[in-house]
Amino acid sequence: MDALLFMIFAAIAVVCAVNLVVQTHPISSALSLVGVMGALAALYLLLGGEFIAAAQLVVYAGAIMVLFIFVIMLLNAGTENKGRRSWAKYAGVPLMLVFLGLIACGVAQQLPASGNVVFGEFKGGTALDIGRALFTTYLLPFEVTSILILIAILGAIVLARKEID
Amino acid sequence: MPPLPPSVPLTWYLILSAILFVLGIAGFLFRRNIITVFMSIELMLNAVNLSFITFSYKLKQVDGHIFSFFVMVVAAAEAAVGLAIILTVFKNRQTLAIDELSSLKN
Repeated sequence: MDALLFMIFAAIAVVCAVNLVVQTHPISSALSLVGVMGALAALYLLLGGEFIAAAQLVVYAGAIMVLFIFVIMLLNAGTENKGRRSWAKYAGVPLMLVFLGLIACGVAQQLPASGNVVFGEFKGGTALDIGRALFTTYLLPFEVTSILILIAILGAIVLARKEID
Repeated sequence: MPPLPPSVPLTWYLILSAILFVLGIAGFLFRRNIITVFMSIELMLNAVNLSFITFSYKLKQVDGHIFSFFVMVVAAAEAAVGLAIILTVFKNRQTLAIDELSSLKN
């Protein structure tokens, strides 16, 4: 059952990611990215990350993608023109596959017998555990993050405001 | 077709993460639309998050979840600022094609 669920959601994620790269219209790419994020949330659940799965859906698939789609519609972005670097079409895909093979070899060598992923074996990803770690061990990074968010809000407002004479 | 095993090895999750990361690199390098390039960066961040969660499962510790939480927060901040920059660029140059945004070149 675990394997079946992994296969289904991994297939959805990979197909949507390929669609993101292949589509020429930004809206199609954005909707594919939502698919990738939804499938990844399901995979996080399989790995025992309940809180992160919920945060993935709310923050990524909800907030960030809505921002992207707003901007795409605001700028009325159409299909893109053909790139000028046509050699990338021929050399790029084989080089990507070589890179992927290298990573896969490295993973297989570093973790030869890492065991299987069984759903429900790791229960440390609940909101309780995350909250406890966040407000004890990682309290300083958490507070610094709030300052980062504040600066990002101010930066976004300053960058995107209308010039008023 | 061999029968499906009841559970998958941990390495499959890592390889899925690598596949998504490579697809993100491909989108970043091949696409000519600045918004799509930006979305490819988000895809790479997601792939790394999957690795974090997988290692968190392997080590039976919650720290990987915390890291991926921080990655999400930084991605949200980055998306807000990046899209504001894209808006400003479009306002000044009336284009989203990165081939035409070459004023820093030479």
